[in-house]
Amino acid sequence: MVSTQAAQAEQTSVESAEQATVEFEAKAIRQASRRGFLMALPAYGYLVLFFAIPLMIVVVYSFATRTSSGGTALSGWNLDAYRKLGEPIVRDILFRSIWIALLTTVLCLIIAYPFSYYLATRSERVRNVLLVFVMIPFWSNFLVRNYAWRVLLGNDGPVSQVTSAIGLGETRILFTPLAVIIGLVYGFLPFMILPLYAAIERIDWRLVEASRDLYASGFESFRRVVLPLSMPGVVAGSILVFVPSLGAYVTPEILGGAKTTLLGSYVVVQFLTARNWPVGASLSFVLMSVMLVTTLIYFRSGGRTL
Amino acid sequence: MSSTQQMRGTTKWALNLNAVLVYLFFYAPIFLLVVYSFSNDNLVGRWGGFTFNWYREFAANDEVQTALSVSIKVAIISTLVSVVLGTLAALALERATFRGQRIFDALLYLPIIIPDVTMAVMMLLFFTQGINLLDSWFGIRLSKGVTTVTLSHIAFSISFVSIVVRARLDGMNQKLEEAAQDLYASRLQAFRYVTLPQIMPGIAGGALLALTLSLDDVVITQFVAGPGSTTLPVYVFGLIRRGVSPLINAVSVVMLAISVSLVLLSLILQRTRSGADAA
Repeated sequence: MVSTQAAQAEQTSVESAEQATVEFEAKAIRQASRRGFLMALPAYGYLVLFFAIPLMIVVVYSFATRTSSGGTALSGWNLDAYRKLGEPIVRDILFRSIWIALLTTVLCLIIAYPFSYYLATRSERVRNVLLVFVMIPFWSNFLVRNYAWRVLLGNDGPVSQVTSAIGLGETRILFTPLAVIIGLVYGFLPFMILPLYAAIERIDWRLVEASRDLYASGFESFRRVVLPLSMPGVVAGSILVFVPSLGAYVTPEILGGAKTTLLGSYVVVQFLTARNWPVGASLSFVLMSVMLVTTLIYFRSGGRTL
Repeated sequence: MSSTQQMRGTTKWALNLNAVLVYLFFYAPIFLLVVYSFSNDNLVGRWGGFTFNWYREFAANDEVQTALSVSIKVAIISTLVSVVLGTLAALALERATFRGQRIFDALLYLPIIIPDVTMAVMMLLFFTQGINLLDSWFGIRLSKGVTTVTLSHIAFSISFVSIVVRARLDGMNQKLEEAAQDLYASRLQAFRYVTLPQIMPGIAGGALLALTLSLDDVVITQFVAGPGSTTLPVYVFGLIRRGVSPLINAVSVVMLAISVSLVLLSLILQRTRSGADAA
């Protein structure tokens, strides 16, 4: 009897001690959680006020009505602005933007793939030096890099001087879609090189050797081993180039002409010149949604390096 | 690496050629721009003998100098604020779990993937329309100017800073902080003497990134800048659209020099970081 009582007493004390530990832990977790929240709070609050709320205002304005005086009436909510996106003028700009962004992406891929392969197959020391020289243009002022092409492609500029000197006649590239594409490729090529390089560099070269041992030709082992293994880099690079090309504004403004209006410029014109805010708002919302969806698909498909 | 040895001669040759062409593509335009900035000719792309005139004009031009000082002011303030907020956010996300964490994480990613133009539109509508609500509710007035530009730059810089700092925290050994606390360091002491020194390269990298982004931004700034708050890139962009001039060459080279020195600085920082890791 005595021993069972003692055992019972012992058991209760153990239970209460366990309970105390659980409570203590719960309290510690609550405290840690509060601390974490407090640390996040300044940035959280800032982004809600200066990012989330502005974003909501854009959504609200995209359903608003444009008054005859060029103002915006926050009443009579409608889908007119979105319907206007289906009109021929806007549709042409939309298709042109997609076409130019796609072409830019493909060109970047064609140039960057062999280049990244070259980088990834150098010795580590050489590779690090070569990478630095990719990073420098990557971080250099984007506006200036576009302006450089304005100088190069100008009427009496060096490109034209060279072509006329070798008898090809003066070139008139500036203000054409070609000039815009050159500028975009120049601006976004590093976005393609870096993820591609990261993907190719990770490849286990013993797999390539194995394929060669199994009598694959050089091309075959590239097509069936290297290329599939570098696909994550191809996808990441393509998204990183396509997305900003689609919303490009600075490059077409500097290198493009009147006939190469792209989505970005169209949005800006709606706000600063045409004063049709609902259309500008709806278009920029659509633009953002396209990018969000692309990014989400990428993350869902298991991509990490963005 | 034996695969490279197995590569056929032509493939190897083509890869080498492509690499040379890529570097030529990257650097020839920049190089020529620097050369033409010293050219004594009124046309931007023609060599007319050596001169420093355009740089003299750069130094003497009041509008350019004002724009440059606005740029620097905005860049420094927005970097300081976004480094503090971004680092705290990174610590909160990497070292704690709290309610609403996932929403915060998503909110932090958005400014990175959102197109410039969309963000510009957002800020314009907020500072011209949304601010009216704040005015009627709290009596806060804000007209487009240096403040709105700085506030917008902070809004996109926080995310970039926090990504860089998070990457650093992610690779860091959390046991060291625990050890410090086991040795009776207070939470603050453990942060001050253990965590902070270790994430410092990340914070410095984030700060340089924020500086670069602020000094580069054209689109967003153009939408929220008022009279007197034009930054250098916005001023140059305006000039280019009206027509090119050799002065722009000189200003561009100065801007390029600033961004290249920032890149080199961050690369040097990375180098010392990997050196410290090895030791």
